[in-house]
Amino acid sequence: MAPDIGFGSLLITLIVSIYGVGAAFYGEQKKKKVWILSAKRAMSLVFPLLTISVGSLAYLLLTNHFEIVYVSQVSSLSMPDYLKITALWGGQAGSLLFWSWLLAGFVSAVTLRKWNRDQDLLPWVIVVCLATLAFFVLLNTFFENPFISYWQTPEGITTAFSQPPGGIQLFPRDGGGLNPLLRHPGMIIHPPMQYLGFVAFIIPFAYAMASLITRRADDRWIQLSRRWTLWAWLFLSLGLVLGARWAYDVLGWGGYWGWDPVEISALMPWLSGTAFLHTVLIQEKRGMFKQLTMVLIILTYNLVIFGTFLTRSGLLSSVHAFSKSAIGPIFLGFIALNLIISLWLLNKRWITLKSRQVLTSFFSKEALIILSVVLLLGILVTSFWGVMFPKISELVTGQKVTVGPPFYERVAAPILGGMLLIMVICPLAVWSYASFKHLGRLLWKPFIVSLIGIALPLYGGLTRWPAVVAFWLVAFVLAVNAFEFIRRTRVRRKNKQDSLWDSIVHVLKRNRRAFSAMIVHIAVVMMAIGIIGIEFFQTETQGTIPVGGELSLGSYTMVYEKLDIFDTNDGRNVARAIVSVNKDGQIIDTLYPRRDFYYDSNQPVTIPGVRSTLVDDFYVILVDWKVVSSEGATFKVYHNPLVKWLWIGAWVFIVGVVAATWPDKKSKPLPVRSQ
Amino acid sequence: MEELQPIEAHPRKGNTLKFIIGGVVIVAAIIYLIVSSLSANVQYFLTVEEILSKQLAGELTGRNVRASGAVLGDSIQYDMDTLELSFTIVHVPGDNLLLEEEGGLARALHNAVMDPSRPSLDVIYHGPIPDLLQNEAQAIITGEVLASGVFEADEILLKCPTKYEGSVPDQIETE
Repeated sequence: MAPDIGFGSLLITLIVSIYGVGAAFYGEQKKKKVWILSAKRAMSLVFPLLTISVGSLAYLLLTNHFEIVYVSQVSSLSMPDYLKITALWGGQAGSLLFWSWLLAGFVSAVTLRKWNRDQDLLPWVIVVCLATLAFFVLLNTFFENPFISYWQTPEGITTAFSQPPGGIQLFPRDGGGLNPLLRHPGMIIHPPMQYLGFVAFIIPFAYAMASLITRRADDRWIQLSRRWTLWAWLFLSLGLVLGARWAYDVLGWGGYWGWDPVEISALMPWLSGTAFLHTVLIQEKRGMFKQLTMVLIILTYNLVIFGTFLTRSGLLSSVHAFSKSAIGPIFLGFIALNLIISLWLLNKRWITLKSRQVLTSFFSKEALIILSVVLLLGILVTSFWGVMFPKISELVTGQKVTVGPPFYERVAAPILGGMLLIMVICPLAVWSYASFKHLGRLLWKPFIVSLIGIALPLYGGLTRWPAVVAFWLVAFVLAVNAFEFIRRTRVRRKNKQDSLWDSIVHVLKRNRRAFSAMIVHIAVVMMAIGIIGIEFFQTETQGTIPVGGELSLGSYTMVYEKLDIFDTNDGRNVARAIVSVNKDGQIIDTLYPRRDFYYDSNQPVTIPGVRSTLVDDFYVILVDWKVVSSEGATFKVYHNPLVKWLWIGAWVFIVGVVAATWPDKKSKPLPVRSQ
Repeated sequence: MEELQPIEAHPRKGNTLKFIIGGVVIVAAIIYLIVSSLSANVQYFLTVEEILSKQLAGELTGRNVRASGAVLGDSIQYDMDTLELSFTIVHVPGDNLLLEEEGGLARALHNAVMDPSRPSLDVIYHGPIPDLLQNEAQAIITGEVLASGVFEADEILLKCPTKYEGSVPDQIETE
């Protein structure tokens, strides 16, 4: 019953989407509003329809219907309910359905706004949104159907949606269960957040295409899609940070980013998305770089599709990738079609987007932003090349090669340093021109303060110059932003004689966008501090010690107190060590590194015990133990300075982006008199 | 009345040039970074057979390489006190088409482990024993081949065979 409802709803969504594309197109060509309205209605239906599909699959998972192939693969009796829900996106078919559902959510939400004004854009927004949705639903319907079952036939066991000739349905008693590495709170939030970030970019893309098709060269599409873009970018950024946090918490290698191809395929749209966000600003303020903005949104959208293709096609060997699937070539075809159509369109409208304005100075705001875009794209090209080069090399020479993290790190590090430098100057730069006197006047005080960023590390015994430079740049960015904020508040106070508090509030309100951006950049700088700390200064040690024994790392010592081994009621055997952390002879913390062993999938998962402060993390992994406790246990210990700032920065980041999306108080509309 | 010629603003040619030059310089710097880092960090990704033949030909001395193979469960030995791990991997075809012919990666790993005549490679590693290390797992190891023919791994990545979709679950039962 449930699989029939689920699959039926999927099929109806496909039909409704295709209908919507056709109706919108027809209505636009024949100028018949009634068809366009019908298409709009179709678009509002796709989300409820797919909710039925997703609901059916969730039901099947929660009620342990292991005759459904997907349920068998990702769920098991011993899993708690919340994990069964996360299993919805734990495998290829389910995660694809989940993706389509989220995409449908955004697409349907677009129909909710008042379309009185931009009637000319509407049909094309519908066409782009529903065509994309139709593609993904098609994949689920014909290639990765989450609702197929096991059947026993004379030839053997097969899988199919409906009963094959001579087939009897099979009912396994239990499933294989979710990969234990995924049985973690991170699984609840990281994939959904990541997918939200990916799919949300359809909206600005659809508006951009609609604008191109209707031969408009104005900024209306940007105004309409601005908040969508911000939310998409926020979700995508958070998805990346959550993935990093999860890796740090669970995977036990003391790290947070491995330059894994699947990680990179999520990073690439983020890079072009960030560039897009910034060129949009230039377009709004100076009407320049419209062509570049178009290129960037087309690039971002296609990188999203390309990224999910890389992950799902089995093309990459990665700890993240789904296993090989038939959908690879179809994805490539879809991307090719997308690129051909959007680039052809852009080419046709290229001249109309050209701006009369020119760049006038290297230190104008727009020039600095363009420079940061070049750097972002530099990292993007590097990432793309690092992922694709092995594939190309294999095709050309037949020899398989891989590219390791050092490649990315060597290129990204100086580029990121360059971006920190731009973040120093850009808040102070003005549009259209640059006066070095003006910039100099604004920079010298923060510069003096920033020297703390050199003095402190050197005083602390730091000798590695890239780290010193990085800390200096970080201090500089913070100082520049602080001084700028103080300066504007002072000006306001002097002009209006407000109290300090009123001045602050006024300055914030009037320049809400600028200050939200300031908060976001400060957040990025905090994250940079965390990354610099762990990348440059991580130390580690390992050893086997008896109960009561010690391991030292830097100024810390850990003492192995005890080991407990017990079964839990969710199908795990847990070996948990109790370890106390000492500094300067005093116990400052107790940690519980452990090893869980999952009975149903025969797999262990190592969970570290971590003491995290603003200054550093003390990270302990229980590697192994001998049951006769006097023999002792083996531990691996990492010291990760400053890494907590990476996570704190992420919170500040959210605050900044949400502040940027905050609606302005709408001015009262002027009364219109009809003649 | 004379026709007034419209005045058009022309972009100052010299101005645009300096931006183009600036842009080219930066792009060139980035390209240089990419190319030089790439050549320093590309590794061969080899099957066990290729490792053995290249080792014989002396092509692997001092090179950091990556290899993959199927883990022989019986060969896994771990000394907790010294954190020394050793195991043996056997050859699995690298070509995707060959893997398809064998019936998928999980099947190919199983065949490799059951086949006594497959070329094998001994691996040693210093560090915590990876969670997923078990019989028939796919191991992707990075490191150097020592003169003794043993592979000294700096890094081990593992993928568990039973997590490949498409394999039929064990507890199938008809009702």
